Amino acid sequence: MLRFVARRLVGMMLVLFAVSVLVFLIFNVIPSSDPAQRLAGKNATPQLVESITEEWGFDEPLPSQYLTMMKKIFSGDLISYEGREDVDERIVEGIPATFSLCIGAAAIWMFFGILFGYLSAVRAGGWLDTSLTVLAVAGISMPVFWLAAIFLNYLTYQTGVFPSGGYVELTDNPLEWASHLILPWVTLAILYTGFYSRVLRSNMLDAMSEDYVRTARAKGLSERRVMSRHVLRNSLIPIVTLFGLDFGALLGGAILIEAIFSLNGVGQYGYEALQSLDLPPIMAITLFGAFFIVLFNALVDIAYAYLDPRIRLGTEAP
Amino acid sequence: MTAAGGEPLLSVSGLRVGFLTEDGLVQAVDGVSFELRPGEVLAIVGESGSGKSVTAQTTIGLTRSKNSRIEGSVRLAGEELIDAGEGQLGRVRGERIAMVFQDPMTSFNPVYRIGDQIVEAIRAHRDLSRAEGRRRAVELLDSVGIPDPERRVDGYPHEFSGGMRQRAMIAMALALEPEVLIADEPTTALDVTIQAQILRLLRDLNRERGLATILITHDLGVVAEMADRVLVMYAGKIVEQGTLDEIFYDPQHPYTWGLIGSLTRLDRPRPHRLPQIGGAPPSLLDLPQGCAFRPRCPHEFGRCAEAPELEARLPEGGEHRDRCWLTPEQKREKRQVEGRIGLEAPA
Repeated sequence: MLRFVARRLVGMMLVLFAVSVLVFLIFNVIPSSDPAQRLAGKNATPQLVESITEEWGFDEPLPSQYLTMMKKIFSGDLISYEGREDVDERIVEGIPATFSLCIGAAAIWMFFGILFGYLSAVRAGGWLDTSLTVLAVAGISMPVFWLAAIFLNYLTYQTGVFPSGGYVELTDNPLEWASHLILPWVTLAILYTGFYSRVLRSNMLDAMSEDYVRTARAKGLSERRVMSRHVLRNSLIPIVTLFGLDFGALLGGAILIEAIFSLNGVGQYGYEALQSLDLPPIMAITLFGAFFIVLFNALVDIAYAYLDPRIRLGTEAP
Repeated sequence: MTAAGGEPLLSVSGLRVGFLTEDGLVQAVDGVSFELRPGEVLAIVGESGSGKSVTAQTTIGLTRSKNSRIEGSVRLAGEELIDAGEGQLGRVRGERIAMVFQDPMTSFNPVYRIGDQIVEAIRAHRDLSRAEGRRRAVELLDSVGIPDPERRVDGYPHEFSGGMRQRAMIAMALALEPEVLIADEPTTALDVTIQAQILRLLRDLNRERGLATILITHDLGVVAEMADRVLVMYAGKIVEQGTLDEIFYDPQHPYTWGLIGSLTRLDRPRPHRLPQIGGAPPSLLDLPQGCAFRPRCPHEFGRCAEAPELEARLPEGGEHRDRCWLTPEQKREKRQVEGRIGLEAPA
């Protein structure tokens, strides 16, 4: 186990390094305005721009510029070119909103994804399965921005059932926190619920024809127990993989949803930074997102060893 | 071998099992009747697709589905099972009729410990604590010859070898001391040396506990090891039935001759080429008219276009029955191929 963790940690470092180099190179290749010019402001004199260039090291070779930026990210000194904000501070401020959105949405989609997938599989071919299939396909097909716009139009602007966006801290007012998040949660969860229920349904239908399911029936187990203990349990293993990847990716910022509902999370910050091609926050947010993707990949591997005893993490073989 | 007489424990009559497919109704089992007496080993022999496994699985309702059509009667000590509710069937499965399946690699759930899967079977029927269940599982593993059962009970299926897994499967089947054990090709997926061990185990169980056993196999060698009576199935029907001696020494149906002829024997000179039955089993969707074995049978004659009933055709009558129009004299003559029983190669 220890060796596994060590190996994964080294792997995570390498991936994060590669991601940061790539993003850095991309932003130095695509045309954008001179960062010194932006830092100096609108009516800057050429002398000011020149001194900023020198002070920030924009005239140095790329590798040393890269090192300077990485140093700043990890020491918390990173300043954005646009508005000279403290990037790390902005990200930390955005975390509660982003995490509230992702964790809430994930709870909803896992619950309904598994419920609908299970019901669909158990009643495969029946009217319930057919209706759930139609719903799932609709959920997968509706673009998130469109669905969000529909919700906002009918449930906010026309009827005023829900607030029109923004984020309220959980610690300030739990009720307001929830009412501000319900629409983003549901919008985000609908897509994943549809997707997960379809995947679970097909996994379960495959599992139902397994020999061990026949054995379970031959033992005299009730149909419900056969379904839950043998069919569902084994079909959840691939769902865990999917969840790890999707959830990790979302924690790095649910850009569209955060921007539409102006949640002021990490994703929305990333969206703004992208619009102004502001390299420092883009670098920091990309690394932030990549970190969670890599982290959840490792967690999925650990969960796998628990869920499927045939997989033992390298050294622990009996 | 002790073929005990008495009332039948399990009696199947007129069993028909069909499956709806896109191409039509596949009649996998077409009018099968037999009885299993207490303490008896009944072998059902046939090729893949002959309906032997479907017959066995249908006795405990494992073939029930939206697409299956099941008719006939299955009685366990007088209790009708063919239309039994799920609850009633659940009490029979495992508790009174237990099953051992062909492939021990896939028949255990890979994510649970062997012991837990045995305990699950016990606790489905008995009010027993987990600890008691585990103790019972250890005893059971011990009784089927698994070494170090205290430790093995906590092992996962992938940590067992094929033979050990099949022993564990048998232990699980015995957990509730069933009246009937159905072994569906229990040795097919195993090495030859392990096959012999598993067969010996099944035979010992039958002798020591008087456990009535239905042994499903395509291997007549396995049948010779332990069966009291034999049913030979072809294309969903029984084509011949009789005692072990009757089937091996006085087989009446050409298909049985073919099965016996294709056994390799070490006490005879090696044949030029291993004998086999020519052709392939017919599609159940497009059975030939009359005798289903007709297209593969070198002895076919005009009457074969008419379907023969399963009946006693020998002058002495008795329980030895078959579905072949040839006279007993013709059969005695035609089944002799190079000095032993066999089926001639088709012309």
